[in-house]
Amino acid sequence: MNLWNDPINFIAGWLRALLTGWGLSLDLAKIFIMLVGVGVLIVGSLVLAIFLVWVERKVVARFQDRVGPNRIGPYGLIQPFADIIKLIIKEDITPTTADKVIYNLAPVLALASVLFLWAVLPLASNIYGVDLNVAALYLVAAGALGTLAIIMGGWASNNKYALLGAFRMVATMISYEIPMVVVLLIPTLLAGTMSFRGIVESQAGAWYVLMAPLAMLIFLISAVAELGRAPFDLNEAESEIIAGFHIEYTGMKFGLFYAGELLHAFTFGGFVALLFFGGYQFFGLEKLGPLVAVTIFLAKAMFGYWVIMWIKYTMPRIRIDHLLAFNWKFLTPLALILLVVTALLHKLLAGLPLWGITLIMFLTNVLIAWVTVEILRAYGRKQRQAEEVLAPAGQH
Amino acid sequence: MESDWLYIGLFLVVGLIIPIVPLILSRLVAPHKPNPIKQSTYECGLETVGESWVQFKAQYYIFALVFLVFDVETVFLFPWALALGQLPLFVVLEGVLFIGILVAGLVYAWRKGMLEWA
Repeated sequence: MNLWNDPINFIAGWLRALLTGWGLSLDLAKIFIMLVGVGVLIVGSLVLAIFLVWVERKVVARFQDRVGPNRIGPYGLIQPFADIIKLIIKEDITPTTADKVIYNLAPVLALASVLFLWAVLPLASNIYGVDLNVAALYLVAAGALGTLAIIMGGWASNNKYALLGAFRMVATMISYEIPMVVVLLIPTLLAGTMSFRGIVESQAGAWYVLMAPLAMLIFLISAVAELGRAPFDLNEAESEIIAGFHIEYTGMKFGLFYAGELLHAFTFGGFVALLFFGGYQFFGLEKLGPLVAVTIFLAKAMFGYWVIMWIKYTMPRIRIDHLLAFNWKFLTPLALILLVVTALLHKLLAGLPLWGITLIMFLTNVLIAWVTVEILRAYGRKQRQAEEVLAPAGQH
Repeated sequence: MESDWLYIGLFLVVGLIIPIVPLILSRLVAPHKPNPIKQSTYECGLETVGESWVQFKAQYYIFALVFLVFDVETVFLFPWALALGQLPLFVVLEGVLFIGILVAGLVYAWRKGMLEWA
C-alpha cells in the first residue's frame, strides 16, 4: 500500500493514525475521514464545473466560427473566475410575489442533485466515493431530483413563462426516464451487478458499446433530454418563453443553475463512458496507476460531454408533440425490444467465448437498427402518399 | 455496508450545504436596492394580466399517468436482470412475458390516443 498505487487508502490510513493518535475514537475518526473525502470530491467536482464553463464557451465559439474568450489569461482560462466574480456581485432580485423558501431552495437543489451523482462515480478501481450495490437505482433517483429543482423554481417564481417551462421540463423528464431506465437494465444484466465498479470491471474483455451500441445511443439521447439541453431544451426555449424556469433568477442563483447544467452534462458523459465505454479502462493502460486511470476516465467523460455539446449546437429545437411522440412511439418500444433481445441472447449464448457473444450481439443490434429504419421509411412513405392524396403536388 | 450509506448521508448533507456558500457570499457583497418595479413579475416589459399560477394542459397529467405505470414496472425488472445469469430459461421467459405485458399497456395507450399531443 503506497501513495502511488492506492492513494485514497494511504491518505485515509495516515489520517486515521493521526486522529486516533490525538485521542479520537476510531468511529469518530472514520466519520471525520469520510467527511474529508466527501468535501474533497464535492469541491473537486465544483472546480471541474468552473473549468467546464470555459470549455463550453470555447467549444461553442468554435462551433459558431468564433474565437471565444481569449483575453483573460492564456487561452482565456481565467475567464470563468471573472464570470463568477461578476455573478457574485450582481444584485439578487426576488420577485415580491414569489414563494420565497422554495424559490431560494431550487437553485441549491439544482446543483446539489448533480453533485449527489458524484458519490457513486468510480474514477479509478480504488478511487471512488462509495461502491453502492444499488448504484444504478441511485443514479435514477438522484437524477430525478434535478427535475424537482426545476419545477420548484418554475412554480415558485410566480411567472407564467417560468411555470410553462417547468411543465415542459417535467413532461420531457418523465417521458425520457422510461427508455433511460430500461436501457440502464442492459449493462446491469450483462454485468450481473448494479454496482458501477462491477459494471466497469466486467467490461475488461469487451466494452458494452460493442454488445449494445443501440442501447448506448438511446441512453445518450435520453440523457440529453433529461438534461434539458438542445434539441430538447423546451424548458428554456429562449424564443418562445424567454428563459423558461430560470427567468426570474439573477446573479449567483442563476449561476448555480448554469453550473449545475454544465456539470450535469459532463456527469452524464461520464455515465455513458462508465456504462458502455469501459469507464476507467483503456486496453490495460489503467494498470499503470490510479492517476492514469482517473485521467482516462475524465478524458472519456469529456469526450461524452463534447458529443452532448456537439448535439446541442447543431440541432434545432424540436416541437413538444414531436418530442413526446419520439419518446413514446420510438424510443420506448425500441428500448423494450432491445432489453428482451439482449436478455434472451445473454441467456442462450452463455456458453460461447466472449468474442462470439460480442459478435452475435453486435450483429443483432445492426439487424434491429436496419429493421427499425425500414419500418420508419415505410411509415414516412405512407404519410407522404396520404398527404399527396389530400393535396396533389404543385397545388399548395 | 452501513458505512456506505453513512457516506451517502454525509454526501447529501455536504452536497446541499456547499452550494449555499456562494449564495451567502453573494448576499454579503452584492448591492441590495429593491423597488416595486424591479421586483415585479418579468414578462419582457409587459404587465402581467391576471393570476400567474395559470391552469395547464391536462395532457401533461395523462403522460404522467402512463409514466407512473412504466416506472413502477421497470423497477421490478432490476432484480430479474441481476439474477439473469443464475436463472433457468423458463424464468427468463417469464420476465420476457412481463415485458410483453408492459408493451401491451403501451400499445393500449397508443391505440386509445393517449400518446397524441392534442
